[in-house]
Amino acid sequence: MKTTTLNAGPASSAAEPKQDSRQGGKRKTSRINRFMVSPSVLVLALWMVIPLSMTIYFSVIRYNLLYPADNEFVGLENFQFFVTDFGFMAGMSNTLLLVGAVLLITVVLGVLISLLVNQAFWGRGIVRILLISPFFIMPTVNALIWKNLLLHPVSGVFAAIWKFFGATPIDWFSEFPLFSIIMIVSWQWLPFAILLLMTALQSLDQEQQEAARLDGAGPWALFFHLTLPHLARPIAVVVMIETIFLLSIFAEIFTTTGGGPGYETTNLAYLIYSQALLQFDVGLASAGGLIAVVLANIAAFFLVRLIGKSLTEKQ
Amino acid sequence: MANLTIKNLKKSFGETEILKGINLEIKDNEFVVFVGPSGCGKSTLLRSIAGLEEVTGGHILLDTKEITDLAPAKRDLAMVFQSYALYPHMSVRKNMSFALELAKEKKEVIHNKVAEAARILELDPLLERKPKELSGGQRQRVAIGRAIVRQPKVFLFDEPLSNLDAALRVQMRLELARLHHDLNATMIYVTHDQVEAMTLADKVVVLNQGRIEQVGTPLDLYRNPANRFVAGFLGMPKMSFLPGTVTALDHSSVTVELTSGTSVTLPAASEHLRQGSAVSVGVRPENIDVVEPSESSLTGYMDITESLGSDTYCYVKTDGQETLTVRMPGNFACNYGDRIGLHLHVDECHLFDEQGNAVQKPSRLAA
Repeated sequence: MKTTTLNAGPASSAAEPKQDSRQGGKRKTSRINRFMVSPSVLVLALWMVIPLSMTIYFSVIRYNLLYPADNEFVGLENFQFFVTDFGFMAGMSNTLLLVGAVLLITVVLGVLISLLVNQAFWGRGIVRILLISPFFIMPTVNALIWKNLLLHPVSGVFAAIWKFFGATPIDWFSEFPLFSIIMIVSWQWLPFAILLLMTALQSLDQEQQEAARLDGAGPWALFFHLTLPHLARPIAVVVMIETIFLLSIFAEIFTTTGGGPGYETTNLAYLIYSQALLQFDVGLASAGGLIAVVLANIAAFFLVRLIGKSLTEKQ
Repeated sequence: MANLTIKNLKKSFGETEILKGINLEIKDNEFVVFVGPSGCGKSTLLRSIAGLEEVTGGHILLDTKEITDLAPAKRDLAMVFQSYALYPHMSVRKNMSFALELAKEKKEVIHNKVAEAARILELDPLLERKPKELSGGQRQRVAIGRAIVRQPKVFLFDEPLSNLDAALRVQMRLELARLHHDLNATMIYVTHDQVEAMTLADKVVVLNQGRIEQVGTPLDLYRNPANRFVAGFLGMPKMSFLPGTVTALDHSSVTVELTSGTSVTLPAASEHLRQGSAVSVGVRPENIDVVEPSESSLTGYMDITESLGSDTYCYVKTDGQETLTVRMPGNFACNYGDRIGLHLHVDECHLFDEQGNAVQKPSRLAA
């Protein structure tokens, strides 16, 4: 009797508490986890909720810094004002044009350039660094370099080239304002595309290429059937991340054209800025900001539907 | 018909010579296996035949056509890679039809050829899947299917089974042998696995440091290795080598004194051997028996024994500090450190001269 209890006792007590503590431990860990992340979640929530609710509040009242006493509730009047403003349609189309054109340029040139620097040649390391470096230049500095050193109609490099060939220098910012902005922003973002695509190319399987060569694939077939499908995922990443940043391009426009001439280079971000700080109408700007938030979310929704699938798909 | 002739083929990477003049004839329908240790140049040789490496010198002829400088796709060869190299974003069907589509074949022709290859390889249910949804063995079969649909003159295999697990490897080995039989095609196969070489090949080419050591049927190489390298490379466990000195010789036999002091007399045609020549006696594990110490002049101690069920491999340390591997039946029992005697089947032993070349047996000379 005594021996059986002795035999059974330690065995069961050894087995059961272990299981218990493991289960309890799991529950405990998840509680600790939740506790530990709660401050950052809280801060993030406040960070987002407070500005958002303030913006919503500002957007439904009359809030012009020139008439600080006049703060009555106006309903959706600000939204109506913003949407029917002449600058709104211009800002929308300029935003889409800017994002679309820069995406096209950076992806196409990015693929071509990264294919080029994927070949072995003397000085490749330095060329790669040079290709990446524009990304580390601040947007304002970048815009100033382009404005004063490259595109300036009198002292710019482009003007010098034009003069060398006997042509009349172009005043880029007044003749092709949006195109100039697209050039500047593309120059800034091309390195990002190259960086991602270049590293992706390095993981392109060599044996697959050789198999395709044996199958009779020439350079074009290799590019379209192997390289491009391999790059689909990094291209998706480039498009997604660039879209997020390009929707809110501001510094380049502010430094060079100031949204002009007219509304030709005014995008939504710049329009909101001009409403708030040039016309001192905080209420109107808040309404514009909310519209921009909605638009960004629509864009994000489609992007995630389009691209997110290829990102989460296992390879 | 597909006879492949390789004449004095050389390949260097910068200063390093990888292939040092390869001469080889491969006949129609032959299954030829290139075997050798890592870095012996066997893969480079295969890739040179495929056209994936530019050769430094020499000629490759397919039948009578010179293909040395031809583009890989124009050589009428198909290759199966070690990593399978399937196109990841294409379905199995697309993978197999890719080459035909590039060659602008008719749709029905492509469809029929793919269907035929899928039938042979039992891939029908997998045709619409992507490579990532397949197991290793299935991927391997798709890679072979991709080669089959092109109906090439020569199939090239670059270590195709080395990424598979042991059980699957045995199965695929059998399938490959059957495939060779069914397709009646010329196949060149690179491996470092001597079991694959022995079981699959009509002709084995043993390579070492960029040179061909010996060419022959698997059993011929096993029974009559041309030199110490081939003798030691083929056979599992390895052949053991006992160094010794020639003490007496006549026209059909040689007496060798081993370092342990034991003398053995082997049948050998001893033309270029002299008394006092340093030689080594090669003996395969199955050609030694463990006996009582009193029954033999060659004695030693048992080191480790490995029981495999069907066989027992005994590693023996002789009194002359030589290591020998002995293959005994599965029921053989012996303990570490036991004192034992060894009985060599002298007729089956191989004799190698100082340069490592085999001293031929008189019977073989007569025949």
